[in-house]
Amino acid sequence: MLTILFWVFSVLMLASAAAVVLFRNPVNSAMSLVLSFLALAALFVTLDAFFIGVIQVLVYAGAVMVLFLFIIMLLDLKAETRRRLNIAALAGGIAVLGGFVVLITHVVKSLPASTDHFPPLARTGYPDAYDIGMTLFSDFNLPFQIIGVLLLVSTVGVVFLSRRSLR
Amino acid sequence: MPSLDLFLQPEIFLVWTAALKTFVILGVVLTMVAYSVWAERKVSAFIQDRIGPNRVGWAGLIQPVADGVKLLLKENFVPGGVNKFFFSIAPSLAMIPAILVLAVLPFGSSLFGVPMVIANLDIGVLWVFAVSSLGVYGIVLAGWASNSKYPFLGGIRSSSQMISYELSLGLSVVPVFMITGTLNLGEIVQYQVDHGWMVFPAWFQSGGGLLEITTDNGGMFGLDLGQSLLWIPMMISFVIFMIAMFAETNRVPFDLPEAEQELVGGYHTEYSSMRFALFFLGEYAAMIAGAGVIVTLFLGGWSLPFVPDGSQGWFWGLVNIGTFFAKVAAIIFFFLWVRWTLPRFRFDQLMKLGWYVFFEVALLNIFLTAGILAYLQS
Repeated sequence: MLTILFWVFSVLMLASAAAVVLFRNPVNSAMSLVLSFLALAALFVTLDAFFIGVIQVLVYAGAVMVLFLFIIMLLDLKAETRRRLNIAALAGGIAVLGGFVVLITHVVKSLPASTDHFPPLARTGYPDAYDIGMTLFSDFNLPFQIIGVLLLVSTVGVVFLSRRSLR
Repeated sequence: MPSLDLFLQPEIFLVWTAALKTFVILGVVLTMVAYSVWAERKVSAFIQDRIGPNRVGWAGLIQPVADGVKLLLKENFVPGGVNKFFFSIAPSLAMIPAILVLAVLPFGSSLFGVPMVIANLDIGVLWVFAVSSLGVYGIVLAGWASNSKYPFLGGIRSSSQMISYELSLGLSVVPVFMITGTLNLGEIVQYQVDHGWMVFPAWFQSGGGLLEITTDNGGMFGLDLGQSLLWIPMMISFVIFMIAMFAETNRVPFDLPEAEQELVGGYHTEYSSMRFALFFLGEYAAMIAGAGVIVTLFLGGWSLPFVPDGSQGWFWGLVNIGTFFAKVAAIIFFFLWVRWTLPRFRFDQLMKLGWYVFFEVALLNIFLTAGILAYLQS
Protein backbone atom coordinates (compact mmCIF):
# COMPACT_ATOMS: atom_id res chain seq x y z
CA MET A 1 0.00 0.00 0.00
CA LEU A 2 2.75 2.44 1.00
CA THR A 3 4.69 1.58 -2.15
CA ILE A 4 1.67 2.40 -4.32
CA LEU A 5 1.22 5.69 -2.47
CA PHE A 6 4.91 6.47 -2.88
CA TRP A 7 4.71 6.00 -6.65
CA VAL A 8 1.46 7.91 -7.01
CA PHE A 9 2.71 10.92 -5.07
CA SER A 10 6.25 10.98 -6.47
CA VAL A 11 4.91 10.82 -10.05
CA LEU A 12 2.40 13.56 -9.21
CA MET A 13 5.13 15.66 -7.60
CA LEU A 14 7.55 15.32 -10.52
CA ALA A 15 4.87 15.84 -13.15
CA SER A 16 3.59 19.01 -11.52
CA ALA A 17 7.17 20.21 -10.96
CA ALA A 18 7.78 19.77 -14.71
CA ALA A 19 4.51 21.57 -15.38
CA VAL A 20 5.80 24.59 -13.43
CA VAL A 21 8.47 25.05 -16.09
CA LEU A 22 6.41 23.98 -19.11
CA PHE A 23 3.33 26.17 -18.61
CA ARG A 24 3.44 29.56 -20.33
CA ASN A 25 0.87 31.12 -18.01
CA PRO A 26 2.52 32.06 -14.67
CA VAL A 27 -0.69 31.40 -12.70
CA ASN A 28 -0.77 27.83 -14.03
CA SER A 29 2.89 27.46 -13.05
CA ALA A 30 2.26 28.75 -9.55
CA MET A 31 -0.69 26.40 -9.04
CA SER A 32 1.39 23.46 -10.35
CA LEU A 33 4.02 24.33 -7.78
CA VAL A 34 1.34 24.24 -5.07
CA LEU A 35 0.30 20.78 -6.28
CA SER A 36 3.94 19.70 -6.22
CA PHE A 37 4.28 20.90 -2.61
CA LEU A 38 1.12 19.06 -1.60
CA ALA A 39 2.41 15.82 -3.17
CA LEU A 40 5.74 16.32 -1.38
CA ALA A 41 3.86 16.77 1.90
CA ALA A 42 2.00 13.52 1.19
CA LEU A 43 5.37 11.77 0.70
CA PHE A 44 6.51 13.06 4.10
CA VAL A 45 3.32 11.70 5.64
CA THR A 46 3.93 8.23 4.13
CA LEU A 47 7.28 8.34 5.95
CA ASP A 48 5.41 9.01 9.25
CA ALA A 49 6.87 12.54 9.32
CA PHE A 50 3.51 14.18 10.00
CA PHE A 51 4.94 17.34 11.46
CA ILE A 52 7.19 18.13 8.49
CA GLY A 53 4.44 17.20 6.06
CA VAL A 54 1.94 19.55 7.67
CA ILE A 55 4.50 22.35 8.03
CA GLN A 56 5.29 21.90 4.33
CA VAL A 57 1.63 22.60 3.53
CA LEU A 58 1.27 25.38 6.11
CA VAL A 59 4.39 27.33 5.15
CA TYR A 60 4.96 26.67 1.46
CA ALA A 61 1.54 25.86 0.02
CA GLY A 62 -0.43 28.01 2.46
CA ALA A 63 1.71 31.11 2.88
CA VAL A 64 4.63 31.43 0.44
CA MET A 65 2.72 30.39 -2.68
CA VAL A 66 -0.26 32.57 -1.80
CA LEU A 67 2.10 35.55 -1.80
CA PHE A 68 3.63 34.37 -5.11
CA LEU A 69 0.18 34.10 -6.65
CA PHE A 70 -0.71 37.48 -5.22
CA ILE A 71 2.26 39.14 -6.97
CA ILE A 72 1.81 37.22 -10.23
CA MET A 73 -1.79 38.34 -10.50
CA LEU A 74 -0.74 41.98 -10.32
CA LEU A 75 1.57 41.52 -13.33
CA ASP A 76 0.72 41.69 -17.01
CA LEU A 77 0.38 38.01 -17.85
CA LYS A 78 -0.38 38.50 -21.54
CA ALA A 79 3.16 39.73 -22.20
CA GLU A 80 4.52 36.56 -20.62
CA THR A 81 2.33 34.17 -22.63
CA ARG A 82 3.12 35.99 -25.87
CA ARG A 83 6.87 35.54 -25.51
CA ARG A 84 8.42 33.39 -28.24
CA LEU A 85 10.31 30.22 -27.47
CA ASN A 86 14.07 30.84 -27.52
CA ILE A 87 15.63 27.70 -29.07
CA ALA A 88 19.19 28.51 -27.95
CA ALA A 89 18.09 29.09 -24.33
CA LEU A 90 16.04 25.87 -24.39
CA ALA A 91 19.02 23.85 -25.71
CA GLY A 92 21.32 25.45 -23.14
CA GLY A 93 18.87 24.70 -20.35
CA ILE A 94 18.52 21.06 -21.37
CA ALA A 95 22.31 20.69 -21.57
CA VAL A 96 22.77 22.14 -18.08
CA LEU A 97 19.98 19.91 -16.75
CA GLY A 98 21.60 16.82 -18.34
CA GLY A 99 24.98 17.69 -16.84
CA PHE A 100 23.37 18.23 -13.45
CA VAL A 101 21.58 14.87 -13.56
CA VAL A 102 24.82 13.06 -14.47
CA LEU A 103 26.63 14.86 -11.65
CA ILE A 104 23.95 14.06 -9.08
CA THR A 105 23.80 10.36 -10.03
CA HIS A 106 27.58 10.08 -9.70
CA VAL A 107 27.58 11.77 -6.31
CA VAL A 108 24.69 9.69 -5.02
CA LYS A 109 26.29 6.44 -6.25
CA SER A 110 29.52 7.26 -4.46
CA LEU A 111 27.70 7.65 -1.13
CA PRO A 112 27.71 4.56 1.10
CA ALA A 113 24.01 5.06 1.91
CA SER A 114 22.99 4.34 -1.68
CA THR A 115 23.89 0.67 -1.30
CA ASP A 116 23.44 0.17 2.45
CA HIS A 117 20.09 0.46 4.09
CA PHE A 118 19.54 3.27 6.54
CA PRO A 119 19.14 2.11 10.12
CA PRO A 120 15.53 2.43 11.24
CA LEU A 121 14.75 5.70 13.02
CA ALA A 122 14.81 5.60 16.79
CA ARG A 123 11.26 5.66 18.14
CA THR A 124 10.90 7.67 21.32
CA GLY A 125 7.20 7.05 21.65
CA TYR A 126 6.49 10.77 21.55
CA PRO A 127 4.84 12.64 18.62
CA ASP A 128 7.35 13.68 15.99
CA ALA A 129 6.78 17.35 16.80
CA TYR A 130 8.15 16.62 20.27
CA ASP A 131 11.24 14.87 18.87
CA ILE A 132 11.96 17.69 16.43
CA GLY A 133 11.56 20.28 19.17
CA MET A 134 13.87 18.38 21.54
CA THR A 135 16.53 18.00 18.83
CA LEU A 136 16.33 21.65 17.81
CA PHE A 137 16.49 23.05 21.32
CA SER A 138 19.13 20.70 22.74
CA ASP A 139 21.53 19.38 20.08
CA PHE A 140 21.20 22.25 17.62
CA ASN A 141 20.38 25.09 19.96
CA LEU A 142 23.12 27.46 18.78
CA PRO A 143 22.50 27.04 15.01
CA PHE A 144 18.77 27.40 15.71
CA GLN A 145 19.29 30.70 17.55
CA ILE A 146 21.64 31.95 14.83
CA ILE A 147 18.95 31.27 12.21
CA GLY A 148 16.50 33.13 14.40
CA VAL A 149 18.79 36.17 14.52
CA LEU A 150 19.35 35.92 10.75
CA LEU A 151 15.60 35.96 10.12
CA LEU A 152 15.17 38.90 12.48
CA VAL A 153 17.91 40.83 10.66
CA SER A 154 16.32 40.16 7.28
CA THR A 155 12.89 41.21 8.60
CA VAL A 156 14.30 44.47 9.96
CA GLY A 157 16.13 44.99 6.66
CA VAL A 158 12.96 44.50 4.62
CA VAL A 159 11.02 46.92 6.82
CA PHE A 160 13.79 49.51 6.51
CA LEU A 161 14.08 49.17 2.73
CA SER A 162 10.34 49.36 2.14
CA ARG A 163 10.01 52.43 4.36
CA ARG A 164 12.82 54.26 2.57
CA SER A 165 11.27 53.70 -0.84
CA LEU A 166 8.02 55.21 0.42
CA ARG A 167 9.62 58.49 1.42
CA MET B 1 -19.67 -15.80 3.27
CA PRO B 2 -17.49 -13.58 5.52
CA SER B 3 -18.30 -13.89 9.16
CA LEU B 4 -18.73 -11.03 11.58
CA ASP B 5 -15.20 -11.58 12.90
CA LEU B 6 -13.76 -10.21 9.68
CA PHE B 7 -15.29 -6.83 10.43
CA LEU B 8 -13.82 -6.87 13.92
CA GLN B 9 -10.20 -7.38 12.84
CA PRO B 10 -8.35 -4.24 14.03
CA GLU B 11 -7.36 -2.88 10.61
CA ILE B 12 -10.67 -3.57 8.87
CA PHE B 13 -12.54 -2.29 11.92
CA LEU B 14 -10.57 0.97 11.70
CA VAL B 15 -11.38 1.37 8.02
CA TRP B 16 -15.13 0.86 8.19
CA THR B 17 -15.61 2.84 11.41
CA ALA B 18 -13.61 5.72 9.93
CA ALA B 19 -15.69 5.59 6.73
CA LEU B 20 -18.91 5.51 8.76
CA LYS B 21 -17.80 8.46 10.91
CA THR B 22 -16.80 10.40 7.79
CA PHE B 23 -20.19 9.91 6.14
CA VAL B 24 -22.16 10.72 9.29
CA ILE B 25 -20.13 13.85 10.08
CA LEU B 26 -20.29 15.02 6.48
CA GLY B 27 -24.06 14.53 6.51
CA VAL B 28 -24.51 16.28 9.85
CA VAL B 29 -22.28 19.22 8.93
CA LEU B 30 -23.79 19.73 5.48
CA THR B 31 -27.23 19.73 7.11
CA MET B 32 -25.92 22.25 9.62
CA VAL B 33 -24.59 24.35 6.72
CA ALA B 34 -28.03 24.38 5.09
CA TYR B 35 -29.76 25.21 8.35
CA SER B 36 -27.26 27.88 9.36
CA VAL B 37 -28.30 29.71 6.16
CA TRP B 38 -31.89 29.36 7.37
CA ALA B 39 -30.84 30.45 10.87
CA GLU B 40 -29.02 33.44 9.41
CA ARG B 41 -32.22 34.60 7.73
CA LYS B 42 -34.36 33.90 10.79
CA VAL B 43 -31.95 35.62 13.21
CA SER B 44 -31.53 38.64 10.94
CA ALA B 45 -35.30 38.85 10.62
CA PHE B 46 -35.70 38.69 14.38
CA ILE B 47 -33.04 41.35 14.95
CA GLN B 48 -34.57 43.64 12.32
CA ASP B 49 -38.12 43.00 13.59
CA ARG B 50 -39.21 41.10 10.50
CA ILE B 51 -40.66 37.59 10.13
CA GLY B 52 -38.13 35.93 7.83
CA PRO B 53 -38.76 32.83 5.71
CA ASN B 54 -42.06 31.25 6.81
CA ARG B 55 -43.72 30.01 3.59
CA VAL B 56 -41.96 26.68 2.94
CA GLY B 57 -42.76 24.21 5.68
CA TRP B 58 -43.40 25.04 9.33
CA ALA B 59 -41.49 28.27 10.23
CA GLY B 60 -39.78 28.02 6.83
CA LEU B 61 -37.89 24.87 7.86
CA ILE B 62 -37.91 23.39 4.34
CA GLN B 63 -36.56 26.66 2.90
CA PRO B 64 -32.97 25.31 2.54
CA VAL B 65 -34.28 22.48 0.31
CA ALA B 66 -36.15 24.97 -1.87
CA ASP B 67 -33.06 27.18 -2.08
CA GLY B 68 -30.91 24.21 -3.05
CA VAL B 69 -33.29 23.07 -5.78
CA LYS B 70 -33.50 26.62 -7.13
CA LEU B 71 -29.71 27.01 -7.26
CA LEU B 72 -29.25 23.61 -8.90
CA LEU B 73 -31.81 24.34 -11.62
CA LYS B 74 -30.50 27.81 -12.52
CA GLU B 75 -28.36 28.34 -15.59
CA ASN B 76 -24.67 27.83 -14.85
CA PHE B 77 -23.52 30.90 -16.74
CA VAL B 78 -19.86 31.31 -17.69
CA PRO B 79 -19.04 34.88 -18.75
CA GLY B 80 -16.83 35.49 -21.77
CA GLY B 81 -13.11 36.11 -21.23
CA VAL B 82 -12.78 34.08 -18.04
CA ASN B 83 -10.03 31.54 -17.48
CA LYS B 84 -12.36 28.53 -17.75
CA PHE B 85 -10.25 26.02 -15.86
CA PHE B 86 -9.63 28.12 -12.75
CA PHE B 87 -13.12 29.61 -12.95
CA SER B 88 -14.56 26.09 -12.66
CA ILE B 89 -12.33 24.70 -9.91
CA ALA B 90 -12.28 27.81 -7.69
CA PRO B 91 -15.64 27.09 -5.98
CA SER B 92 -14.52 23.57 -5.06
CA LEU B 93 -11.20 24.90 -3.77
CA ALA B 94 -13.14 27.23 -1.48
CA MET B 95 -15.37 24.44 -0.16
CA ILE B 96 -12.93 21.53 0.28
CA PRO B 97 -10.55 22.98 2.96
CA ALA B 98 -13.46 23.88 5.22
CA ILE B 99 -14.66 20.27 5.13
CA LEU B 100 -11.17 18.78 5.56
CA VAL B 101 -10.78 20.63 8.87
CA LEU B 102 -13.58 18.46 10.29
CA ALA B 103 -11.38 15.36 9.97
CA VAL B 104 -9.41 16.12 13.14
CA LEU B 105 -12.10 17.64 15.38
CA PRO B 106 -13.08 15.38 18.29
CA PHE B 107 -16.88 15.65 18.16
CA GLY B 108 -17.48 13.25 21.02
CA SER B 109 -15.65 11.12 23.56
CA SER B 110 -16.30 7.56 22.43
CA LEU B 111 -19.23 5.43 21.43
CA PHE B 112 -19.06 1.63 21.95
CA GLY B 113 -15.32 2.09 22.50
CA VAL B 114 -14.77 3.82 19.17
CA PRO B 115 -13.17 7.26 19.61
CA MET B 116 -15.42 9.95 18.11
CA VAL B 117 -12.83 11.62 15.91
CA ILE B 118 -12.16 10.71 12.28
CA ALA B 119 -8.37 11.10 12.32
CA ASN B 120 -6.69 11.28 15.72
CA LEU B 121 -3.55 13.12 14.57
CA ASP B 122 -0.79 14.13 16.98
CA ILE B 123 -0.50 17.40 15.08
CA GLY B 124 -4.23 18.02 14.86
CA VAL B 125 -4.08 21.77 15.39
CA LEU B 126 -1.40 22.23 12.73
CA TRP B 127 -3.59 20.27 10.33
CA VAL B 128 -6.40 22.72 11.01
CA PHE B 129 -4.19 25.70 10.22
CA ALA B 130 -2.48 24.07 7.22
CA VAL B 131 -5.74 23.06 5.57
CA SER B 132 -7.56 26.30 6.28
CA SER B 133 -4.62 28.28 4.89
CA LEU B 134 -5.35 26.57 1.56
CA GLY B 135 -8.86 28.03 1.56
CA VAL B 136 -7.57 31.34 0.26
CA TYR B 137 -6.74 29.81 -3.14
CA GLY B 138 -10.39 29.34 -4.05
CA ILE B 139 -11.14 33.01 -3.40
CA VAL B 140 -8.00 34.41 -5.05
CA LEU B 141 -8.41 32.25 -8.14
CA ALA B 142 -12.11 33.07 -8.39
CA GLY B 143 -11.29 36.77 -8.31
CA TRP B 144 -8.53 36.48 -10.87
CA ALA B 145 -10.17 33.98 -13.24
CA SER B 146 -13.36 36.06 -13.46
CA ASN B 147 -11.37 38.61 -15.48
CA SER B 148 -13.39 41.46 -14.04
CA LYS B 149 -12.44 44.41 -11.84
CA TYR B 150 -14.65 44.00 -8.76
CA PRO B 151 -14.08 40.28 -8.28
CA PHE B 152 -10.35 40.88 -8.68
CA LEU B 153 -10.33 43.58 -6.01
CA GLY B 154 -12.41 41.33 -3.76
CA GLY B 155 -9.98 38.46 -4.26
CA ILE B 156 -6.97 40.67 -3.51
CA ARG B 157 -8.60 42.06 -0.37
CA SER B 158 -9.58 38.63 0.80
CA SER B 159 -6.13 37.12 0.36
CA SER B 160 -4.35 39.96 2.17
CA GLN B 161 -6.92 39.78 4.95
CA MET B 162 -6.61 36.02 5.37
CA ILE B 163 -2.80 36.07 5.29
CA SER B 164 -2.71 38.85 7.91
CA TYR B 165 -5.13 37.23 10.31
CA GLU B 166 -3.64 33.75 9.95
CA LEU B 167 -0.66 35.05 11.93
CA SER B 168 -2.76 36.26 14.88
CA LEU B 169 -4.83 33.09 14.64
CA GLY B 170 -1.75 30.87 14.85
CA LEU B 171 0.01 32.89 17.55
CA SER B 172 -3.06 33.23 19.76
CA VAL B 173 -3.37 29.45 20.28
CA VAL B 174 0.29 28.88 21.16
CA PRO B 175 -0.46 29.48 24.89
CA VAL B 176 -3.00 26.65 24.74
CA PHE B 177 -0.30 24.23 23.61
CA MET B 178 2.11 25.56 26.22
CA ILE B 179 -0.40 24.79 28.96
CA THR B 180 -1.63 21.44 27.67
CA GLY B 181 1.74 20.32 26.27
CA THR B 182 0.19 18.67 23.21
CA LEU B 183 -0.95 19.46 19.69
CA ASN B 184 -3.46 16.61 19.67
CA LEU B 185 -7.00 18.04 19.79
CA GLY B 186 -8.35 14.97 21.62
CA GLU B 187 -5.73 15.36 24.35
CA ILE B 188 -6.47 19.10 24.60
CA VAL B 189 -10.11 18.25 25.27
CA GLN B 190 -9.09 15.58 27.80
CA TYR B 191 -6.94 18.20 29.58
CA GLN B 192 -9.98 20.44 29.82
CA VAL B 193 -12.04 17.55 31.19
CA ASP B 194 -9.46 17.16 33.98
CA HIS B 195 -8.60 20.80 34.65
CA GLY B 196 -11.64 22.80 33.59
CA TRP B 197 -12.37 24.59 30.36
CA MET B 198 -9.80 27.05 29.09
CA VAL B 199 -12.17 30.02 29.41
CA PHE B 200 -13.92 28.75 32.55
CA PRO B 201 -11.41 26.77 34.65
CA ALA B 202 -13.71 26.14 37.60
CA TRP B 203 -13.58 22.41 38.16
CA PHE B 204 -11.08 19.60 38.16
CA GLN B 205 -10.80 15.98 39.16
CA SER B 206 -7.66 16.07 41.28
CA GLY B 207 -7.56 17.84 44.63
CA GLY B 208 -5.23 20.51 45.94
CA GLY B 209 -7.00 23.72 45.02
CA LEU B 210 -7.96 26.91 46.75
CA LEU B 211 -11.64 26.13 47.04
CA GLU B 212 -13.14 22.70 46.89
CA ILE B 213 -16.67 21.42 46.97
CA THR B 214 -17.25 17.68 46.62
CA THR B 215 -20.57 16.88 45.01
CA ASP B 216 -22.84 13.92 45.73
CA ASN B 217 -21.69 11.79 42.80
CA GLY B 218 -18.04 12.05 43.80
CA GLY B 219 -17.16 14.88 41.42
CA MET B 220 -15.08 17.72 42.71
CA PHE B 221 -15.80 21.37 42.08
CA GLY B 222 -13.10 23.87 42.79
CA LEU B 223 -10.75 26.63 41.88
CA ASP B 224 -7.06 26.03 41.46
CA LEU B 225 -4.42 28.77 41.80
CA GLY B 226 -2.57 27.78 38.62
CA GLN B 227 -5.72 27.49 36.54
CA SER B 228 -7.00 30.83 37.83
CA LEU B 229 -3.74 32.58 36.93
CA LEU B 230 -3.66 30.95 33.48
CA TRP B 231 -7.21 32.09 32.93
CA ILE B 232 -5.92 35.61 32.12
CA PRO B 233 -3.78 34.64 29.06
CA MET B 234 -6.48 32.14 28.06
CA MET B 235 -9.11 34.85 27.88
CA ILE B 236 -6.75 37.03 25.77
CA SER B 237 -6.13 34.04 23.49
CA PHE B 238 -9.83 33.30 23.25
CA VAL B 239 -10.80 36.86 22.33
CA ILE B 240 -8.05 37.20 19.71
CA PHE B 241 -8.79 33.77 18.25
CA MET B 242 -12.50 34.47 18.07
CA ILE B 243 -12.04 37.84 16.32
CA ALA B 244 -9.38 36.49 13.97
CA MET B 245 -11.81 33.69 13.12
CA PHE B 246 -14.35 36.32 12.04
CA ALA B 247 -11.71 37.73 9.70
CA GLU B 248 -10.65 34.30 8.42
CA THR B 249 -14.21 33.33 7.56
CA ASN B 250 -14.92 36.75 5.97
CA ARG B 251 -17.81 37.44 8.31
CA VAL B 252 -19.12 40.86 9.30
CA PRO B 253 -17.55 43.06 10.67
CA PHE B 254 -14.68 41.88 8.45
CA ASP B 255 -16.57 40.98 5.25
CA LEU B 256 -14.54 43.44 3.16
CA PRO B 257 -13.97 40.97 0.28
CA GLU B 258 -17.68 41.17 -0.54
CA ALA B 259 -18.52 44.68 0.65
CA GLU B 260 -21.61 45.22 -1.49
CA GLN B 261 -21.44 49.00 -1.64
CA GLU B 262 -17.86 49.00 -2.92
CA LEU B 263 -17.34 45.71 -4.73
CA VAL B 264 -20.78 44.51 -5.90
CA GLY B 265 -20.53 40.86 -4.75
CA GLY B 266 -16.75 40.65 -4.37
CA TYR B 267 -14.95 37.61 -5.70
CA HIS B 268 -18.14 35.72 -6.58
CA THR B 269 -19.78 38.53 -8.59
CA GLU B 270 -19.47 36.60 -11.87
CA TYR B 271 -20.67 33.30 -10.47
CA SER B 272 -24.15 31.88 -10.76
CA SER B 273 -26.10 28.73 -9.99
CA MET B 274 -24.38 25.88 -8.11
CA ARG B 275 -20.90 27.40 -8.43
CA PHE B 276 -22.13 30.43 -6.50
CA ALA B 277 -23.83 28.10 -4.05
CA LEU B 278 -20.52 26.31 -3.43
CA PHE B 279 -18.88 29.60 -2.41
CA PHE B 280 -21.85 30.44 -0.25
CA LEU B 281 -21.95 27.04 1.44
CA GLY B 282 -18.15 26.96 1.70
CA GLU B 283 -18.31 30.13 3.78
CA TYR B 284 -20.83 28.58 6.14
CA ALA B 285 -18.87 25.31 6.27
CA ALA B 286 -15.77 27.33 7.20
CA MET B 287 -17.79 29.07 9.88
CA ILE B 288 -18.97 25.75 11.33
CA ALA B 289 -15.47 24.27 11.21
CA GLY B 290 -14.12 27.43 12.87
CA ALA B 291 -16.78 27.21 15.56
CA GLY B 292 -15.77 23.56 16.08
CA VAL B 293 -12.13 24.58 16.55
CA ILE B 294 -13.09 27.32 19.04
CA VAL B 295 -15.22 24.87 21.01
CA THR B 296 -12.47 22.25 21.02
CA LEU B 297 -9.65 24.57 22.04
CA PHE B 298 -11.34 26.86 24.54
CA LEU B 299 -14.80 25.63 25.51
CA GLY B 300 -14.01 22.09 26.56
CA GLY B 301 -15.01 20.29 23.36
CA TRP B 302 -17.57 17.57 24.12
CA SER B 303 -17.26 17.88 27.89
CA LEU B 304 -19.77 19.15 30.41
CA PRO B 305 -19.02 19.39 34.14
CA PHE B 306 -19.90 16.19 36.01
CA VAL B 307 -21.08 14.42 32.87
CA PRO B 308 -19.12 11.15 32.37
CA ASP B 309 -17.58 10.29 29.00
CA GLY B 310 -18.49 7.49 26.59
CA SER B 311 -16.61 4.81 28.53
CA GLN B 312 -19.51 4.88 31.03
CA GLY B 313 -22.01 3.67 28.43
CA TRP B 314 -23.33 4.59 25.00
CA PHE B 315 -25.89 7.01 26.43
CA TRP B 316 -23.17 9.29 27.80
CA GLY B 317 -21.30 8.95 24.49
CA LEU B 318 -24.35 10.33 22.72
CA VAL B 319 -24.72 13.07 25.34
CA ASN B 320 -21.10 14.11 24.67
CA ILE B 321 -21.72 14.29 20.92
CA GLY B 322 -24.87 16.32 21.52
CA THR B 323 -22.93 18.65 23.84
CA PHE B 324 -20.31 19.30 21.17
CA PHE B 325 -22.85 20.17 18.49
CA ALA B 326 -24.88 22.28 20.93
CA LYS B 327 -21.77 24.31 21.73
CA VAL B 328 -21.00 24.67 18.01
CA ALA B 329 -24.56 25.86 17.41
CA ALA B 330 -24.19 28.41 20.22
CA ILE B 331 -21.00 29.79 18.66
CA ILE B 332 -22.70 29.96 15.25
CA PHE B 333 -25.54 31.91 16.81
CA PHE B 334 -22.94 34.30 18.20
CA PHE B 335 -21.47 34.72 14.69
CA LEU B 336 -24.93 35.55 13.31
CA TRP B 337 -25.72 37.88 16.18
CA VAL B 338 -22.51 39.86 15.56
CA ARG B 339 -23.18 40.01 11.84
CA TRP B 340 -26.56 41.68 12.26
CA THR B 341 -25.40 44.00 15.03
CA LEU B 342 -22.10 45.53 13.98
CA PRO B 343 -21.28 47.71 10.98
CA ARG B 344 -18.39 46.86 8.66
CA PHE B 345 -14.82 47.98 9.26
CA ARG B 346 -12.87 50.00 6.73
CA PHE B 347 -10.15 48.01 4.98
CA ASP B 348 -7.23 50.03 6.42
CA GLN B 349 -8.76 49.72 9.90
CA LEU B 350 -8.98 45.98 9.41
CA MET B 351 -5.33 45.64 8.40
CA LYS B 352 -4.18 47.98 11.20
CA LEU B 353 -6.15 46.02 13.77
CA GLY B 354 -4.59 42.78 12.57
CA TRP B 355 -1.00 43.94 12.30
CA TYR B 356 -0.71 46.61 15.00
CA VAL B 357 -2.91 45.19 17.75
CA PHE B 358 -3.65 41.46 17.54
CA PHE B 359 -0.23 40.37 16.30
CA GLU B 360 1.58 42.13 19.15
CA VAL B 361 -0.91 41.20 21.84
CA ALA B 362 -0.84 37.54 20.78
CA LEU B 363 2.96 37.59 20.86
CA LEU B 364 3.08 39.21 24.33
CA ASN B 365 0.46 36.73 25.50
CA ILE B 366 2.89 33.87 24.75
CA PHE B 367 5.50 35.47 27.01
CA LEU B 368 2.89 36.12 29.71
CA THR B 369 1.85 32.45 29.63
CA ALA B 370 5.47 31.31 29.73
CA GLY B 371 6.07 33.56 32.75
CA ILE B 372 3.04 32.20 34.62
CA LEU B 373 3.98 28.60 33.80
CA ALA B 374 7.55 29.19 35.01
CA TYR B 375 6.20 30.77 38.22
CA LEU B 376 3.85 27.84 38.84
CA GLN B 377 6.56 25.23 38.30
CA SER B 378 9.06 26.96 40.62
